[in-house]
This record gives sequence, C-alpha cells and structure tokens, in this order.
Amino acid sequence: MKEVFKIKVTLVKNILEANTRIAEQNRKLFADRNVMAINIMSAPGAGKTTLIERTIKALKQNFEIAVIEGDIQSTYDAEKIAATGASVVQINTGGACHLDGNMISEVVDQFDLDLIDLLIIENVGNLVCPAEFDVGENFKVMLLSIPEGDDKPLKYPLIFNESSVLLINKIDLLPYVDCSVEKIRRESLKINPDLEIFEISCRKEEGLVGWYKWLEKKMEKR
Amino acid sequence: MHELALIESVMETVLEEMKRNNLSRVESITLRIGKMRQYVPDALTFGLECLSKDTPLEGAKLIIEEIPIKGHCSKCNREFIFKNMLDNTCPSCGEITSRITSGKELELVEFEGGV
Ligand SMILES: Nc1nc2c(ncn2[C@@H]2O[C@H](COP(=O)(O)OP(=O)(O)OP(=O)(O)O)[C@@H](O)[C@H]2O)c(=O)[nH]1
Ligand SMILES: [Mg+2]
Ligand SMILES: [Zn+2]
Repeated sequence: MKEVFKIKVTLVKNILEANTRIAEQNRKLFADRNVMAINIMSAPGAGKTTLIERTIKALKQNFEIAVIEGDIQSTYDAEKIAATGASVVQINTGGACHLDGNMISEVVDQFDLDLIDLLIIENVGNLVCPAEFDVGENFKVMLLSIPEGDDKPLKYPLIFNESSVLLINKIDLLPYVDCSVEKIRRESLKINPDLEIFEISCRKEEGLVGWYKWLEKKMEKR
Repeated sequence: MHELALIESVMETVLEEMKRNNLSRVESITLRIGKMRQYVPDALTFGLECLSKDTPLEGAKLIIEEIPIKGHCSKCNREFIFKNMLDNTCPSCGEITSRITSGKELELVEFEGGV
C-alpha cells in the first residue's frame, strides 16, 4: 500500500502583510518629504470630492495641496479637483472597491513631493472595503452624510473604529430626513472614543472651520 | 469584493511556501479572522474556488476560524466578549471600555498538503 504523507505548514502571519509593508514604505516616504497624507473614505456620494474642493479653496494660500483620486472608473472627480488648481492624479481601480498601498506607491512619483505639504487621497466610495486597507496615510477621515441614516455606526463599525475624524456632512438636509446626529455621535464615540467629530455642510459651507483648524493643527505638528 | 484581494494574498503566500517545502498539492488552508473584520466567509470560499482553478491550489478546502471581539475592563481587570462593537459595557461592573484586545485578526495560520 502506498503511504500518503500529509504535511502541515504552520505560518501564522498577517494575510495583508504585503500591503502593510508597502503602506509603511509610503508613510516613510511622506515623512521624509514632510508631507501629511490623509485618506478620505465614505459611501458613494457622501461628499468627498466636494469636501476636497472646499478644503483646497480654504487652505491653498497657506499650503501646497495635492490630490489622488480613486475611482472604479472615470476621471470626473479628478477634473473637478484640477479646476481648483491643485495637482491631481487619478487612479482607476478597474473594479476594485478600495485603494491599497501599492496603487498609491505606483502614482506618488508623479508629484514633486518636496513641494507638497498635504496629500489628500479620495478613496473609492464604499463603507466596507477601504477600512480594511492601509494605504500609508497619517490619518483616516470618514464622511457620513445625513441621508445615509443614523444606523451606520452599528452596521459598519470598523470604519468608525479606524478613522481619526468623522465629518457628518449635509447637515443642511436635517429638516428633510429622519436622522439623529446625536445618535451618530453617541454610537460612534462608543466605537471610537478618540474620534474627532465635526458637523458640516459642504453645500452651505457650514461647520468647516473646525475641520480646517484640525488639519492646520496636525500640519503644524507634522 | 475585497475578499478577492485577501484570497489573492493568501494564495500567493501558500504557493510560495509550497515551493519552499516541495509540496505539490494542498488539501486545506486555515485562516483566523477577527469578527471586527468584514469578510464574508462564503465569499472567501467562493473566491478561492474561482481563483485557484488550474493552479496547484485547486480543490483546497478553506477553514475559517472566527475570533470573537474581546475587550479589557481596566476597572476590574478582566476580559470579556462583545456581542458587537456597540456592546462594550463590562458585564461585571458596567464600565464602558474601548480597549479591544482581539477581534481584528487577519491571519494565515497554516495549510496542509502533500508531495
Ligand atoms: N445637500 C447637500 N449636498 C451635498 C453636500 N455636500 C455634497 N453634496 C452633494 O452630494 C453629491 C455628491 O457629492 P460628491 O462630492 O461628488 O460625493 P463623493 O463622495 O465624492 O462621491 P463619489 O466619489 O461618487 O463616491 C453632489 O451632488 C454634491 O453637490 C452638502 O453638504 N449638502
Ligand atoms: Mg468623489
Ligand atoms: Zn469591569
């Protein structure tokens, strides 16, 4: 009888180790060039591009800002950002629902990092996948817009846990939708007590000063 | 959807390790995934089925161990299991804790195969 050997190979390693390694390289590159990188995440249409446009407009006197636009396809958002005068690179993920460390490392050499103070990365619109992947940012920032509802911390806790800032956007729509900002605040702080929360309307340009101040403070310390 | 990216990464490592260990087939692959992670086990299994076709990993079984979310209460110095991320109140003293000690695991634990 032929003997069948079964061999067990024990590894116990982080599955996303390869991504983490590249993300760490990105982070080091940004630190060496004195660039602060933020990774903006939200569901589709929560207002990421609008927020970035507003932020560039408000801060471009003081800081050189560059943007990486992540989308499954199209260059629509990148064109909007280009119109602000900021340098922008589009990544089309071709179906992938998130950005990863490698996609960022492949495009960063298109910028002159020595000239850049703030790199804003707009992730693919999605509340699930982007939270799983480190791209080498210094801070993860998430947007939640009022029409999405106040049950999102409960349904998508990981993204709240991973983020440093929560921007509750489209508060101009509060009179029209049943959504409790109080509940969003309470539950997201339970998931992440260190979360900085700002209530904003990109449309009415309300509440944004707190967000700009937060960015400026982090930029000073970089 | 991000399940495919995860499976690709698992396959890459296992294929490399197979070479190093001179193995030609794999029967099972064991992953350990914390409950805070958002990977659907069925999607992972299906992903492996699709991506492993015509590779030495074809037919390998995926074993997924789910790790509960655990927190540590600093007041009474004990660990407890969260039912979900919003249920982080210590069952013995009522203190709310955010110190998560497990639940974010994402590990390739081992695989079994033959020559
Ligand atoms: N009412 C209201 N609408 C807003 C606000 N901010 C953004 N919008 C609108 O929401 C829509 C989506 O905004 P975007 O900035 O394109 O959202 P996004 O998150 O970049 O979308 P994707 O890149 O497709 O995921 C646009 O029609 C914006 O004008 C706001 O504060 N209030
Ligand atoms: Mg956009
Ligand atoms: Zn306790």
